Amino acid sequence: MPVSFAPSSTDLLRFAPETILTIAGTLLMVLDPLFARRFPRLFGHLSIAALVAAIFAAVAAGSVPGLAFSNLLIVDGFGTYFRVLVLCIGILAVLSSYRYLEREQAETGEYHALVLFSIMGQCVMVTANDLIMIFIGLEISSIASYVLAGYLRNDKRNNEAALKYFLLGSFATGFLLYGVAIVYGLTGTTQLSAIRAAMNNPSTSLMVAGVAAALMFVGLCFKVSGAPFQIWAPDVYQGAPNPVSAFMATGPKAAAFAIFLRIFLTAFDRIAVTWAPIVWFCALASMTIGNFAALKQNNLKRMLAYSSIAHAGYILVALASDSEIGTAAAMFYLAAYALMNLGAFAVIIYISGKGEKHLRIEDLAGLSQRQPFTAAMMTVFLLSLIGVPLTGGFFGKFYIFRAALDSHLIWLSVLGLLNSAVAAYYYLRLLVVMYMHEPGEVTNALEAPGPALQAALVLPAIGTFFLGILPGTVLTFAQAASSFVK
Amino acid sequence: MNLLEILIALPAAGFLVTLFIPRKQEHLTRSFTLIVSLLAFVLSLGLVTGFETGKPGQQFVDNVVWIANPDIHWHVGIDGLSLWLIILSTFLTPIAILVSWRYIHKQVREFFAFLLLLEFGLIGVFAAWDLFLFYVFWEVVLVPMYFLIGIWGHDRRIYAAVKFFLYTMAGSVLMLVAIIYLYTLAGTFDYATILDLFRSGRIGLSHTEETLLFLAFFVAFAIKVPLFPLHTWLPDAHVEAPTAGSLMLASVMLKMGTYGLLRFCIPLFPVAARENASWINVLAIIGIIYGALVAMVQPNMKKLVAYSSVSHLGFVVLGIFSFTQMGLDGAVYQMLNHGISTGALFVLVGMMYERRHSLAIKDFGGVATAAPWLATIFLITTLASIGLPMLNNFVGEFLILQGVAQAKFAWTAFAAIGVILSACYMLWMYQRVFFGTQGKEPGETVKHHMPDFNVREWLCVVPLVVMMVWMGIVTQTFLPAVSATDASILDQAGTASALARPPVPPTGGITHGGSLHAR
Repeated sequence: MPVSFAPSSTDLLRFAPETILTIAGTLLMVLDPLFARRFPRLFGHLSIAALVAAIFAAVAAGSVPGLAFSNLLIVDGFGTYFRVLVLCIGILAVLSSYRYLEREQAETGEYHALVLFSIMGQCVMVTANDLIMIFIGLEISSIASYVLAGYLRNDKRNNEAALKYFLLGSFATGFLLYGVAIVYGLTGTTQLSAIRAAMNNPSTSLMVAGVAAALMFVGLCFKVSGAPFQIWAPDVYQGAPNPVSAFMATGPKAAAFAIFLRIFLTAFDRIAVTWAPIVWFCALASMTIGNFAALKQNNLKRMLAYSSIAHAGYILVALASDSEIGTAAAMFYLAAYALMNLGAFAVIIYISGKGEKHLRIEDLAGLSQRQPFTAAMMTVFLLSLIGVPLTGGFFGKFYIFRAALDSHLIWLSVLGLLNSAVAAYYYLRLLVVMYMHEPGEVTNALEAPGPALQAALVLPAIGTFFLGILPGTVLTFAQAASSFVK
Repeated sequence: MNLLEILIALPAAGFLVTLFIPRKQEHLTRSFTLIVSLLAFVLSLGLVTGFETGKPGQQFVDNVVWIANPDIHWHVGIDGLSLWLIILSTFLTPIAILVSWRYIHKQVREFFAFLLLLEFGLIGVFAAWDLFLFYVFWEVVLVPMYFLIGIWGHDRRIYAAVKFFLYTMAGSVLMLVAIIYLYTLAGTFDYATILDLFRSGRIGLSHTEETLLFLAFFVAFAIKVPLFPLHTWLPDAHVEAPTAGSLMLASVMLKMGTYGLLRFCIPLFPVAARENASWINVLAIIGIIYGALVAMVQPNMKKLVAYSSVSHLGFVVLGIFSFTQMGLDGAVYQMLNHGISTGALFVLVGMMYERRHSLAIKDFGGVATAAPWLATIFLITTLASIGLPMLNNFVGEFLILQGVAQAKFAWTAFAAIGVILSACYMLWMYQRVFFGTQGKEPGETVKHHMPDFNVREWLCVVPLVVMMVWMGIVTQTFLPAVSATDASILDQAGTASALARPPVPPTGGITHGGSLHAR
């Protein structure tokens, strides 16, 4: 059958967010030499405008769901949800970058272009319907993140983070690609629903499929920083520039979880009995390693890195429950997690100072007396990370463990929730320092946050409360979107 | 919006408004929160007048969908049990604010705001009729108390605050698992519906399931009560908390635990509750005697009162797990009594601390000569606490002991030792603090540092003393409503165990996670 390569207008509409981001990113790089001196903030404004436009485009594309580009892309509720999520993450990350870049005197168009390209890759990932598209999206997103991790060229820690992330990341991608190759060899297709159909064919060797699934699992587990492939995360998050760590801990992670869910619940649904116990184990290991290691950390970024490993564990619980409720719970949790984590990172960006000198927990001492507003915002994020009711973090955990109990994962739920009680300890330490210690040098020297940073604090806080008090709106959408095209 | 909902919303609104009062306006902050809490108290009296004793089920009910799927409702209402606990909360909050009037110097605005948030959470806990909503309020209460202890407490406040938070959190996550598990069976969080489903036999639990679920709930509540040996957070939290914190913690928050036992543990899992009653009662008796003995040797007044709480709450648990009408009545009555009399003790000890900046018994002596009114009120409170007839604790302890004797006489015999011991430690402390002449330095007397009550302090203690006498004499005000509710709880526990529910496996009719809406 001759294939027409001219995309239809619907195809273009379904691909509009990516198009907008690509154009905007390229434009930023062109404008960089012209305006970098005179209007350093212009790039940030432009990328926010591009992201907002992309959100509208994503919503518009979501209103005409369907396949695009010879079934390579699929615009469904699930994809739209994650597109909007990663775009929102992008906006918050850019908002919290302003002050950081200004402080480090590194305001370039390049930085923002890389952020946009990375998000573009994530948008491709979450709407991909084909393993090759998933791979392309993953690479676009990852390569941009590798560069971002080493963005401050003269900073040793940045270089270390970038190199480590790049080496280990490419290795993990290799595993993923190897898995894709085996799947193709086994089924003769890379399209998810076709793979699913092939899996149901009795002549397909389920053992080979299991090997392929295992290889892809390694690659994806690395990308979401789930145990036992989490080792890179603390070093990279600690070394990378602060706003980049915030971005990496949320955006690529959300997208990686999206493809994780899509691949395993669509293509490998048939062999769920094989992979579900492995996910069970990884979920428990991630939660336990993340939380117990975080107890000992004294560096704020490193602590949040371990906490993000633990949160990846909670989301893996949702995957282990292997159900539509679980998928919806993971979708909801990723949104709640992104908000509270970006908010917490924004506070760290705020206090860390030039050259990220102030990253110890004690540097938050007495924040509530000097900057009560920022401290209150941080409290909201921390309570949400602990999982106190009326915050998004609580409902996220609640939905996840509800899905788990629904699938009779009783022990995983009990151990997971006990884990969250352990986690309360290290989050409480920050509250203790902020509220119960006397102000130190660092907090005394702080100036009030600027408008961009204030927005980067207030917006996630509002979102956290919104998800905590009226979770119904988001959850209804997530539930509707959680049934994949099978 | 009915009266109950206005009462829940008022402190929450007050909390939000207080946060926006300018930091410098400390006096305005205090007055505003006082007015809000007094208004809440007046409104709560409307619950009493509007309450129809003996009417089965809840009153002042509102039930609207909060989240459609999973099926979570904003379902609030009160019965005889929650009515008086809500009144206790609204009654004590203004006193807590008055007590802190001069005591709190730093971050005044946040302190009083947190007191209102605490009141919001407490009223909500006692009014919630949806398991999920209950859990939400249960956790909401934790946050303000954590800050109250941690920011405004004494020297070891941070340790105490973190310990308090983690203990409660560890217990409540287990309860959360149990709540979600019940949801996967019943398809709803609505407490009344779940009870109906159990009673009509449409859902059932195997014996192991019931025992495990009972234990999950029980541990969460037992930590809060606190039941020996889970009590170790309590002395730290009480001693380190500021006066208002100790007051609210001892008087109302501990009751969240015993309330939970009565409200949820027994009606939901009657068989398991009865089966496990004997070791629970043994722990309660150990708590009674152990608490009293440890209280006796405390050199610190606040710690003494704290350990006496362990002892008193042991009585309440004993009463609950006697499964007799009198035992339950006594337990609920004792919950209220302990709120009043131990609350008063904490208030008085706090006042003495403000005068002398010490809590050690040896730093006092001869206070009675310097401050006769303080000594008199303290004596009345002491006598109330040790159960003198005509004062409130006597009624509660008597009912509990009587009820427990109906169940098993040996328990009464051991528990009664606690009554005797309480007289020993309280009177001995009273003697050392208020009589004699020993001062902080050799030869120094406390006279010059011990002014008597001022007007504000009178306003704090008089309502408490009035209540001690009132509850000791006119029990008819309180007991009928309590009794009616207790009877229905016992009925639920009794009938269900008489039927000896067969283990019904969840059948096809009940979908997991389900869409079952049985109403």
